[in-house]
Amino acid sequence: MTALLTVDDLRVTFPTRHGPSEVVRGVTFSLGRERLGIVGESGSGKSQTGRAILGLTPPPGRATAKVLDFDGIDLRAATPATWRSLRGARMSMVMQDPKFSLNPVMTVGRQLVEAVKFGDTGSRAEARDRALAMLEAVQIRDPERVFRAYPHELSGGMGQRAMIAMMLVTEPDLLIADEPTSALDVTVQVEVLRILDRLVADRGMGLIFISHDLRLVSSFCDRVLVMYAGRVVEELKASELRQAQHPYTRGLMNCLPQIEGGRRPLPTLERDAAWAK
Amino acid sequence: MGEVMLSVEGLGVTFRRGGDTVRAVRDVSFTVDRGESFGIVGESGSGKSTVLRAICGLSPTSAGVIAMGGQTLSAPRSAAFYRQVQMVFQDPYASLHPRHTVDRVLSEPLAIHGFDRREDRIEQALADVGLGEGFRFRYPHQLSGGQRQRVAIARALILEPRVLLLDEPTSALDASIQAEVLNLLDRLRAERGLTYLMVSHDLAVVSHMCERLIVMQHGRAVEQLSRDALAAHRAETDYTRSLLAASEGYSPAPV
Amino acid sequence: MSALSRREWLLSDQPGSRRQARLGQAYRTWLSFRSNWLAMVGLAIVLALVVVALFADVIAPYDPVIGGDLRTERFLPPLSEGHIFGTDDLARDIFSRIVHGSRLTLMVVVLVAVIATPIGLLVGTTAGYFGGWVDTVLMRLTDIFLAFPRLILALAFVAALGPGIENAIIAIAITSWPPYARLARAETLTIRDSDYINAARLQGASSARILWGHVTPLCLSSVVIRVTLDMAGIILTAAGLGFLGLGAQPPQPEWGAMIAAGRRFLIDQWWVATVPGTAIFIVSLGFNLLGDGLRDVLDPKARK
Repeated sequence: MTALLTVDDLRVTFPTRHGPSEVVRGVTFSLGRERLGIVGESGSGKSQTGRAILGLTPPPGRATAKVLDFDGIDLRAATPATWRSLRGARMSMVMQDPKFSLNPVMTVGRQLVEAVKFGDTGSRAEARDRALAMLEAVQIRDPERVFRAYPHELSGGMGQRAMIAMMLVTEPDLLIADEPTSALDVTVQVEVLRILDRLVADRGMGLIFISHDLRLVSSFCDRVLVMYAGRVVEELKASELRQAQHPYTRGLMNCLPQIEGGRRPLPTLERDAAWAK
Repeated sequence: MGEVMLSVEGLGVTFRRGGDTVRAVRDVSFTVDRGESFGIVGESGSGKSTVLRAICGLSPTSAGVIAMGGQTLSAPRSAAFYRQVQMVFQDPYASLHPRHTVDRVLSEPLAIHGFDRREDRIEQALADVGLGEGFRFRYPHQLSGGQRQRVAIARALILEPRVLLLDEPTSALDASIQAEVLNLLDRLRAERGLTYLMVSHDLAVVSHMCERLIVMQHGRAVEQLSRDALAAHRAETDYTRSLLAASEGYSPAPV
Repeated sequence: MSALSRREWLLSDQPGSRRQARLGQAYRTWLSFRSNWLAMVGLAIVLALVVVALFADVIAPYDPVIGGDLRTERFLPPLSEGHIFGTDDLARDIFSRIVHGSRLTLMVVVLVAVIATPIGLLVGTTAGYFGGWVDTVLMRLTDIFLAFPRLILALAFVAALGPGIENAIIAIAITSWPPYARLARAETLTIRDSDYINAARLQGASSARILWGHVTPLCLSSVVIRVTLDMAGIILTAAGLGFLGLGAQPPQPEWGAMIAAGRRFLIDQWWVATVPGTAIFIVSLGFNLLGDGLRDVLDPKARK
């Protein structure tokens, strides 16, 4: 399997009053046409990793890496023009909260059509058809209505699906999904995941799935990176998560309550300062 | 079964938004025994949180009777009610006043209800939720999410209520912090004989915390079941079964 | 306590008392304010105004009202011996008049702030918190006041109450609260349904306690910012009333009235009107810079 994305020693640094603080500290991995999960708790640097790959580290933060290669393109040296040709068309990102990612004063349809037209040159009617087809593909029951609606007129789940439709309508090679379903109800979540799953299986898209939900990631992804304090503490096959070696991964697994019940009190996670070393 | 602490009979909540009327809760009934922990499970928009808000008087009720210890509640709620029933909110980042120190958050309810020994009570409340003296004069922005939720629990408990309404108390927290907060709530209930009414979208959390629960969908209670029935996956309705399936994680084939 | 340990005490993450927590919070605000040099310039100007007004008697070399020898000391140009800004048509030292005039300016600023800010806060938070007909009545009242241009309404008040600096201040204060009420109401609407207000309600807190202890502190910073930014306009309105002969009366050394008196000699004796004009400009600029700086530090929406 050829690597779609290669990341070596990625570091993201933010200046603070007490000197620079590294939130991502030497993350290394490569991604094929597969589903890669990045799991960690808040502050583990998982979201900043995703943003840095897309060159979206918010200023004054700085991202550096030994290698940051997307399909033969060195992203470290990418010019703004290169980024424009890549983002949206070839690599996309789905964020947690659709409210911040959709333009509030444009209808969903117009934003979708613009995204399509940005990708290639087709007629307006063609773009419209593709946009509607995409809305249907993300399980929106009434695509015509959503097409004409403004983002604030949609419910959370609907907005998130519209957002995913917008990111997928250009058929990117790489999708970074940052907690794409945590604002959604569990029953909707499954549908959204199926859409992503199909895109990976049918079109060979590479997917980086960033989440705090170990149970979800282990059942959805092929491989999992577990992050703690800016570092990858463990990398393993999702199916082998139960045999995880690192105490942090095991702690994360154990502290979840189970429907079958039993353990009381719940085992809590004892953090070891050595994990962050 | 012990004596009934809280009973809700035929509760209805209707909101008017512009010209539309939204029936957020329709004909919901349940009873919670003293010392019991009762759960309400549902997805967003199912009306589960509105039930809690209706009980404590934050949402107007359009139908039904809510009774505490056999007595029908008056509207607006009396001061005595608030000493009996307190609530912990979902988002610890939104439920603490940004300009008030922990000390102020905890001393205000004591002042409102004219409690004595305030210094002792504040120190005790902080110790009870596992926060030391060092936290007493901090502002919310100096606290982590889990610490904030502990402060919110201390605030709810400082009036020594008998019933705690918990509105998704851990859904904004990391899994490891969630475990700590759930253990804390568990311990406090055992120590003080509290009655819990807990709302959550997470079946596993409710199953861990509650002896009985109802499942809500579109404002209605579709099913009531016990923890044992839930643990054995003995659900009556399709909706509860789909919730159960979804909580197991992702499955590629349609359920 | 050494300087270093005092700093650590203030910036402690675990304050040990109410006082330490409050001082630490104020110190953090001051640290971020201090890093904005334009705001520091504004603060320096405003502090200079206060110092000059307090020690006017010491600073001013001459009496502001009684002039010198009308035959030899009229219209002395700036940098004349003993008269750094020159003298006016009645042989009065302009520097002394400017120094004493700062008291009037400061009085206008302080009194307007003290009268208009509480009215605006009270009306705005009450309207926003209760909503319904309370909101409708209070906000329509505010709209009525807003519908008049400030200077025109102030003119009408002064015409009714009689000219004089006190009446001018009352007129300006009465006409300047509506924008603060609007602002406070808008802020209140955004926080009225927040969980921490609900939590206070659930503890049985009375509406007055919630308004005063929970809502007002959050509205205060944006209103204070707005008042500070408005100060320049208020000083100009006061000067405008003085210029029109409806504010301070001669021989009071009010800056606007000084410009009005000096405009007759603007061509030949330019400094008589220019010096008070420059003073108004500098103080207005000072308040604007200070207000901008405060906004950067205090306004939660401008943060990050």
